[in-house]
Amino acid sequence: MNLPARLLLVFCVFILAAGYWLTDFDAHFAFMGDGRWKATRAADPVNGKVLFSAGGCISCHASSGADDRVHLGGGKPLKTPFGTFYPPNISPDLKDGIGRWTETQFIRAIRDGTAPDGRPYYPSFPYTSYRHLSPDDAIDIFAYIRTLPPVSGKPPNHDLTFPFSIRRGVGLWKLAYLNGSVIEPEGNRSESWNRGRYLVEGVGHCAECHSPRNFAGAIIDEKRLSGGPNLEGKGTVPNITPDKTGLAAWSEADIASLLKDGFTPDFDSVGGSMAEVVRNTAELSDMDRMAMAIYLKSLPPLQGQMRSK
Amino acid sequence: MKLHHAVLALSLSVMATFAVASTAAIGERQQVMKSNGAATKSIMGMLKGEAPFDLPTVQKALATYQDNTTKFVTLFPDDSKTGEKTSASPKIWDDMAGFLAANEKFKADAKAASVAIIDEATFKATMPNVLKSNCGACHEAWRIKDAQ
Ligand code: HEC
Ligand code: HEC
Ligand code: HEC
Repeated sequence: MNLPARLLLVFCVFILAAGYWLTDFDAHFAFMGDGRWKATRAADPVNGKVLFSAGGCISCHASSGADDRVHLGGGKPLKTPFGTFYPPNISPDLKDGIGRWTETQFIRAIRDGTAPDGRPYYPSFPYTSYRHLSPDDAIDIFAYIRTLPPVSGKPPNHDLTFPFSIRRGVGLWKLAYLNGSVIEPEGNRSESWNRGRYLVEGVGHCAECHSPRNFAGAIIDEKRLSGGPNLEGKGTVPNITPDKTGLAAWSEADIASLLKDGFTPDFDSVGGSMAEVVRNTAELSDMDRMAMAIYLKSLPPLQGQMRSK
Repeated sequence: MKLHHAVLALSLSVMATFAVASTAAIGERQQVMKSNGAATKSIMGMLKGEAPFDLPTVQKALATYQDNTTKFVTLFPDDSKTGEKTSASPKIWDDMAGFLAANEKFKADAKAASVAIIDEATFKATMPNVLKSNCGACHEAWRIKDAQ
């Protein structure tokens, strides 16, 4: 069976099992999450801006057509094997955006994948990675978004194929695959390594594209970052662990430089969906880009697919 | 039997010619792009402040880019969509006009930059955008690695 067919089967099983479990969203609300919904300090929009860039929020939530980096009206179609998603308006508009949300609602959305009314979000919103953010950092992003201009108008509903169109099935998917918690620094590692890990594994969600996925569409942990299929279409996403099929020949400076200007050590310019990622990482500081490079080069090398180039 | 062989041999050689034709175009366009890569390498150190600014080198790179665009567009015959590990997106043949426009834009931008760049300050102000909005943007839209 090909990937979509297998995903379909698994999804059907989930739906059946969902029989009455999660027929009411309160159950979902109570069971999801690691209970960390409260920040411990006041929000800092300056830090929020950095994390917003690292998180690539704009790549999915920019108003369709607009190539500026501040209008979060949503609606740019995101094509996947499950159908087309239209990311919502997350501008601070009171009516169509998230202008009326509380900090706790935002934390639950981005860390638990749970909407204010308890509905589960589809994991095309990469909360499986954003879950690694601390609640403090989450409210910083929220505070930064609130400094941006409100945009009116709501994008169309997602256009998903059955059975993925049944949102309830996602609740069970989350139960099975949404794990992990806030990434805490490891004492025996350098500050930059810890920062790099936080950015790569958490808000940067690099693994969402650079990893193979299992039959249910969840990342295979043992093969994290060793390359994967291109979910948005043809082609593959390269291995970024320091294996010879990956970044073994790249120096830390090479990786940091790619994240700044998009050029590989051969002076090829990355294309595909990585071009958009570079637009985001280009907004970060040299130190943050170097931290990500240091973390990637410290990973155990995993064998991936040999790329043609 | 003999005739059979002859037909077979003939058709094989026809196929081989086709294969040669397309591979040649793919190899050539990759060569053109490698030359863009080399030209970019020659100025990147200056952009990063690791090498001293040198106007003639910059102008040479910009001239290389412009020359390359002229040759590049002739290297996309219909029989070169696949093979030789090409990373050209099949979309190029669906929307050749759009692809040609991207190539023209690169030529025009390189030309405008060769006029605008007269010293290190104008170089640093102009060059990053020429690279980003052409190398990166064209590869984003018109290129897919490992698509076959
Ligand atoms: C890969 C694309 C993608 C990225 C990157 C992304 N999102 Fe989303 N986001 C989505 C999609 C798709 C949805 C809708 C999910 C659904 O309907 O179940 C969504 C939903 C949301 C919602 C819920 C809005 C509502 O009205 O219920 C919020 C809030 C949100 N995203 C914030 C963010 C922030 C903040 C970032 C960056 C840290 C971000 N997103 C990055 C795709 C993305
Ligand atoms: C939306 C999907 C996506 C995300 C998210 C993503 N990448 Fe990529 N990445 C790609 C694709 C596709 C390529 C191949 C681009 C090409 O070769 O033209 C790539 C290429 C790369 C390369 C070059 C590898 C090589 O062998 O040429 C590096 C390094 C890289 N990515 C690092 C990262 C880091 C670090 C992050 C997180 C900040 C990240 N990527 C997030 C899709 C993604
Ligand atoms: C008009 C579109 C376009 C522009 C502009 C462009 N490229 Fe390319 N580039 C391509 C295409 C298409 C390929 C894939 C060729 C193939 O494999 O058939 C490619 C491939 C490449 C390769 C890989 C060649 C190989 O060995 O296979 C390099 C290196 C490269 N480009 C560098 C650059 C640089 C540097 C720039 C800017 C100075 C640039 N390109 C601008 C379209 C473009």
